[in-house]
Amino acid sequence: MQALMRVIDRIGYSKDDVVLISGIGCSGRLPVYVDFNALHTTHGRALTFATGIKLAKPQLKVITIMGDGDAIAIGGNHLIHAARRNVEIASFVINNQVYGMTGGQCSPTTPYGEKTVTTPYGNLEPDFDICRVVEAAGAAFVARATVYHTRLLDQLIGKALKKKGFAMVEVFSHCVTYSGSYLGLDSPVEMMKWLRDSSIPVAKARGLGEAELKGKIVTGVLVDREKPTYHEECKKLYREKLKV
Amino acid sequence: MRKVTPKQVLLQGNEACAKGALMAGCRFYAGYPITPATEIMEIMARELPKAGGIFIQMEDEIASLGAVIGASLAGVKSMTATSGPGFSLMQEHIGYACMTEVPCVVVDVMRAGPSTGLPTQPSQGDVMQARWGTHGDHPIIALAPSSVYECLELTVQAFNLSERYRTPVVVLADEVVAHMREGILLPSREDIEIEERTRPTVPPEWYLPYGDPGTGVPPMAAFGDGYRYHVTGLYHDVRGYPTVRKDEVEPLIQRLFSKISRDFDRLQWFDAFYTEDALITIIAYGCVARAALRAVREGRERGLKVGLIKLKLIWPFMRRTITKILESSPKVLVPEMNIGQISREVKRVNQGKCEVVTLNKVDGKMITPLEILEKLEEIHP
Repeated sequence: MQALMRVIDRIGYSKDDVVLISGIGCSGRLPVYVDFNALHTTHGRALTFATGIKLAKPQLKVITIMGDGDAIAIGGNHLIHAARRNVEIASFVINNQVYGMTGGQCSPTTPYGEKTVTTPYGNLEPDFDICRVVEAAGAAFVARATVYHTRLLDQLIGKALKKKGFAMVEVFSHCVTYSGSYLGLDSPVEMMKWLRDSSIPVAKARGLGEAELKGKIVTGVLVDREKPTYHEECKKLYREKLKV
Repeated sequence: MRKVTPKQVLLQGNEACAKGALMAGCRFYAGYPITPATEIMEIMARELPKAGGIFIQMEDEIASLGAVIGASLAGVKSMTATSGPGFSLMQEHIGYACMTEVPCVVVDVMRAGPSTGLPTQPSQGDVMQARWGTHGDHPIIALAPSSVYECLELTVQAFNLSERYRTPVVVLADEVVAHMREGILLPSREDIEIEERTRPTVPPEWYLPYGDPGTGVPPMAAFGDGYRYHVTGLYHDVRGYPTVRKDEVEPLIQRLFSKISRDFDRLQWFDAFYTEDALITIIAYGCVARAALRAVREGRERGLKVGLIKLKLIWPFMRRTITKILESSPKVLVPEMNIGQISREVKRVNQGKCEVVTLNKVDGKMITPLEILEKLEEIHP
């Protein structure tokens, strides 16, 4: 949140023009603390509201904040379709690999084999790679950072905010209360160290095989491509075909 | 040959509904295809861009109503249309729109359920779902057209009511009304009254997005208009921020109800036919009201003292109107294409005043005038 505020301030958006939208979960409370047009929506549906707002008033800077359960479990369908449509929304998915607000249940990004309160014998499911899902769905910009790498995070947030099209940054975060204790990391400092040590910049990761990247968090810009946005397509239709 | 005025058109109920929405100023539509409501979406896809509006086909009905609420928050009149299964999916966001007081219109063209049911056949099975489909106590407004003209008229009214009270409004059409064609006189823009939400006039720093200005309905600023505020489905204080304080929670839910209930006198929308001396009064709505009117007319020809109250407003239930009928008419007949949904409400307000008889049909077929007439003859004193 601090990084987002820092970057919005640095770019110099007017507070009246920024809409910050969240779903439900730990990340859902975020709009309460900001002085923008702020919208706390339903679980998993932040992007649907964002789509309506952006299309109805394209001059607004529309930003969504979601958690991993919010974005890729209950809201997974909306995430892939928002990416496919390429509506100009800057979305940030804070991935702490667990349902924190409800007390530490397994999420679609919880690693295979990990024990949580709903996987007491170990997680039977493989975890989702959010970035690859969003890339495959057609997003214009996909990137990943961790809360440890603050300078990189600032850079990626800035790029996502300025991107013409659907931009998604996955922010690996720590949940000391739950996922930390599942990993055997009892303090925020240890978790931060874990984020630091597990991360690998995308340039270095390119030459490595799947086995070497196992358990690693690949950070940096993963996709950056030019595509017409949904709104540009609308404008083109109005101008060229309908002459309105 | 009959003279055809330029304004006379042959329209399908769903077409009339879309026309009404455009007349009311709807400029955003988000939806998902579903029988028997799809024509509304198809017309909006064609006509909205020409009117400078936005049409978008979403990935499901949950997303559709989410986008509709988002667009309305940005200041644009918005709607969606669906049928039973889609209406079920929309319930979460209907509650959200109630709680956050975002005007929007949801058309539910009722088909026979539960579940996938009979997708192309009529029903009136969603009456109680429209009332209580979303969780928690909440007010709701629902209108039921019984003709092609009313599909247009009540869609315009749905927008007016949603803007006036800042609340979601449901148009409960049924497959028969939605798919039949009738010649109607198209009203011109001057003939219909269009209402707009109240906007704040105070400076942004004085603006209370959820305060009570005395009418129960707070003025609504659009996102981007300089009034920055917080919107949430959590219980919130007058500034829109989450609260669990009982002196803030209770007044909010009470205001959500009272902003509509204080206007109950205004919200009595019905048509009465032959009710003055009726010994049996039929209470009906939607396509069944059409069959009931025919039955009443034929019954009168046969010397039966029968009348009809055709409900145009379904929710809030018109207790004042119905109570008068129950006090003046010895018997009441409620024919419905469900197991008995409005008849429950009639019985609830009856309190032993008169005999309430039901006539229910749930086989996906219309209730015919003859079936109603036979029932009238059977129970006529």
